[in-house]
Amino acid sequence: MEFGPHLLLAVLEGAVGAAVLALTALGLSLVFGVMRVVNVAHGEFFMLGAVIAWFVATSFGGQPAVGFVAALAVAPLIAGLVAVLVDRLILKPVKYDPEATIVGTIGVLYILQQTALMTYGPEARPVEPPFSHRIALPWFEWGENGFAMFYPWGLSTNSYKLFVIAAAIVILLVFWLVMTRSRAGLLMRATQLDRETALAFGIPVSRVYSVVFGLGAGLAALAAVLIVPIQQAHYLMGHDPLLLSFIVVIIGGLGSIRGTVLAAVLIGMSDGIISVFLSPTLSKIIATLLVALVLVFRPQGLFGKKPA
Amino acid sequence: MSSGARSTLLHLGLIALLFVLAFALPSYHQGNLARIMVLATYAIGYNVLFGYAGLLSLGHAMFFGAGMYGLGLAMQYGGLGVIPAFAVGLICAAVLSTVVALLALRTIGVAFMIVTLMFAQAGYLTVLYFGAWTRGDEGFVIAQSARAIGGLDLTDPTTRYLAALVLFSAALLITARMMQVSFGSVLIGVRENEERTRMLGYDVFRHKLAAVVISGTISGAAGAGYAVLFGYVGATFTSVQYSIFPLLWVLLGGAGTTIGPLVGTLFMFYLIDYSSGLTNAYMLIAGVVLVLLTLFARAGLVGEIRKRWVAWLP
Amino acid sequence: MTPRTMTNRRTLLKGAAAGGLLAAAPLAARFASAQSAAPIRIGFQQHSTGIGAAYGRWYGRTTEAAVKMINDAGGINGRPVEIVAEDDGTDPKRGAEVLEKFANQSNCDVAFGTLFSHVVIGSAPAAGELKLPYFVVSEGHHVASGMLNRYTLQPGITDVKSQVQAMAPYVSENLGKKVTMIYPDFAFGHDHRDYFSAAIKEQGGEVLEMIAIPPTETSFTKYFPKIPRDTEVVYHVMVGPAVLTFVKELGEFFGPSRPEIFGFIDSLEAVDLASPGLEFLEGTYFWEGNPRYAQEDQTSHDKLFREAVGVDANGASVSDPKDVSTYAHMFGCWETLHIIKAGMEAANYQGPEDRAKLIEAVEAMTDMPESDAHPQGPKRFNGKTHQVFGVQYISRVENGKLVKVHTTSIEDTLYPDEVDYTTMSF
Repeated sequence: MEFGPHLLLAVLEGAVGAAVLALTALGLSLVFGVMRVVNVAHGEFFMLGAVIAWFVATSFGGQPAVGFVAALAVAPLIAGLVAVLVDRLILKPVKYDPEATIVGTIGVLYILQQTALMTYGPEARPVEPPFSHRIALPWFEWGENGFAMFYPWGLSTNSYKLFVIAAAIVILLVFWLVMTRSRAGLLMRATQLDRETALAFGIPVSRVYSVVFGLGAGLAALAAVLIVPIQQAHYLMGHDPLLLSFIVVIIGGLGSIRGTVLAAVLIGMSDGIISVFLSPTLSKIIATLLVALVLVFRPQGLFGKKPA
Repeated sequence: MSSGARSTLLHLGLIALLFVLAFALPSYHQGNLARIMVLATYAIGYNVLFGYAGLLSLGHAMFFGAGMYGLGLAMQYGGLGVIPAFAVGLICAAVLSTVVALLALRTIGVAFMIVTLMFAQAGYLTVLYFGAWTRGDEGFVIAQSARAIGGLDLTDPTTRYLAALVLFSAALLITARMMQVSFGSVLIGVRENEERTRMLGYDVFRHKLAAVVISGTISGAAGAGYAVLFGYVGATFTSVQYSIFPLLWVLLGGAGTTIGPLVGTLFMFYLIDYSSGLTNAYMLIAGVVLVLLTLFARAGLVGEIRKRWVAWLP
Repeated sequence: MTPRTMTNRRTLLKGAAAGGLLAAAPLAARFASAQSAAPIRIGFQQHSTGIGAAYGRWYGRTTEAAVKMINDAGGINGRPVEIVAEDDGTDPKRGAEVLEKFANQSNCDVAFGTLFSHVVIGSAPAAGELKLPYFVVSEGHHVASGMLNRYTLQPGITDVKSQVQAMAPYVSENLGKKVTMIYPDFAFGHDHRDYFSAAIKEQGGEVLEMIAIPPTETSFTKYFPKIPRDTEVVYHVMVGPAVLTFVKELGEFFGPSRPEIFGFIDSLEAVDLASPGLEFLEGTYFWEGNPRYAQEDQTSHDKLFREAVGVDANGASVSDPKDVSTYAHMFGCWETLHIIKAGMEAANYQGPEDRAKLIEAVEAMTDMPESDAHPQGPKRFNGKTHQVFGVQYISRVENGKLVKVHTTSIEDTLYPDEVDYTTMSF
């Protein structure tokens, strides 16, 4: 394929990845920002979302759209409830101690993964998209007959993929509105700024923490429901989203919503675009090292403020 | 008896016990313990950084892998004998850990964890990228005939056990000694309060650098030891999972204790070995144990013993 | 502790009951003709967890069925067979540990099983040191390449090298001479890259582009633009949980105008061909180790094998049509167990002291005709390289089913020996 169309395709694919990554990472960022908890099990909540989506979608049988919409509602809810339980039973008793929460959530990671293996099984299973149309994309070229439009071989996208991008943008906007305009958002932001003062002002910090942890897991599950018609639900699928979300949260600057979203776009896109130029595995190595070096030389992230 | 003398006695006693076990154990458990001692060496290396200096790395598999591939490639393509190849493995791990330390130590906390994770991921992909030599994920076998030092056949179960014991004892004694000299107390000072340690006039960065290099090199020694004693070199050992394992072993046994890494590795090994006989989802049991540990025995097995009953435990 | 055994006493008895005649006879009496009625214990290294778990499940079912059949027919040397299954977690370290457990703890006579190459290669040194015969069902080229040792054998499934090179003549004669290859960027994929490109050159074809996909990848569309426009055939092989995404995205990329497509069924093993998004596969070709769909000329042997394992005519579980088997690989377990039986009987195997005799007996095997013991087709074992050779199948997707269009000869799959294990001492 010519360079231009190839790049466009890489950008489109990158955008889908970035959209899902933004939602997943936002959940992790929220938890880290407000609670200062590194949730190593975050990827497993993503997996949980996908697996539940499969259960819900298959139990609705015939109409894929009905099953999908039901999954959109049910999967984040269940994942969120599981997370609240984890908060109550494990995180709160250890008083959110950083090291203890890392170990505890590694334990949760194994528990969720193996429970999925025992109930859902080892196969990768597809969920049917609510709709899916191949959309061939045109390209413009200055040829013998002047400026002309043509359809390059293979340059296409899919209506469902475009929907994922749009849905992610809508969810992000809603999330932003909730955080900045609603009372719940205010409570979360207050807790994030200063836990002690929030307590002194009578904010139910413990309840806020539970909600935040549940919300974080719910966002990951929601992202998974969106992606599962494109990829498949598998009990080991939580690994990559976890790794990528970590990167995004750090690059974006801890706890910053705007930074997280920007970083997700950057990371999601760069992966595809670098692969246009280099051998895939080499490009992964370089991208990984680049991220590490950004962290080394700008530990506060690309968009975070330097700590005073 | 001073606590220093007590801990020396403890370590020598442990080594003597392990030596006796070489001849007392049935062959299955003798084989397991040989493996466990090599992995515990890895955990000891990890403990230097995590337990004493308080730096949580999620990338130690790259040091383990550096030792493993250093030795493996030197034997496979360089035709070196076990001892020089082992030295190559150590050098690879030392050089890699120095480079990683110089970069990663610019960060702290979660960022340090992520940076080490990223470097290790790049290392894993590099092993795959050079598949022509490393055979990628599939890995390669070190010929049984090459796995000997002079006339000593390292594939003989008892010889292998004793070789593993030498490796483990060296790592144990080095770290125990380290904690008896001022270097160790400075590291603990860094862990407890970095600012105050700096105020007291210690070069915090150089101490941390040394900790990463010692930690990485011991881990590399374990990797090289694993390759030569068990005859296999593969990319799996450089994957994220193998960075998480030493963290678990150390936490289980007790971070910042000298014998904790062995106890943790031993416990985890037999936990998985036994529970895999009961259920396929033995990692579920491992998960539950971790959660229980978090809730009820935060300091790990040896750490809790020290906290509750035997305060002098090193 | 007691190792988890798949065939416990109760299922053994049930097997005997199904045998009818012997229904009333107690187990000991049934096998009384043997010098010892103690069971022959076969350690089964199984991918129950980890990345290979979907394969492990079907390897388990096939093994169970084969053992039942062997026991119903009187066991081995008059002794019942007992499977000691241990999970290797699809991890080479655990794989080696499991072998030690078989040899030193659960007193197994031989070890068997496992698919993923890294587990085989990681475990093989332990097999050599423990002097435990290790029968692998992995299709890797590692055995025949000479990398392993005399105790490791692959008598029940052909290796990648022979499969791949046997495909080249058909591809170049029927599909096209300009090929683009897409494969995972690790050892398994590199075997495909090296052996297929060599074979296609020999046929007068050429490989235009080789696209190696990183093993950690979960989306693939961004790599497809690297497929050159003048490609006549796309050759694909992919493994792991993302295979379905890969194939779906391949179809979406080409849309209405695609070149010929030839794939290894590994790209869709354990995946339902009727999954949404796979419609474009209609008219494409696949290598199959063993045809997943019952063919028109189905042999009685395949019929028996299918029924015994519980697989329907579409290659799915009889109890759940969505549960698709790993049909192209799992026959290897069945055939390997029958070879262990044949080898033990030829060597008059009595116990661990006869392990070397067992290996020599298997090394002496040559042609194995198609039969109930070898339902996939006739085989030829090479005792020097410890590797078996056999026919390969090419199928075409027609009306959503794989229809066999070509069967290679065994000769197509042969290549010069790279090792002679028989010269190595035990």
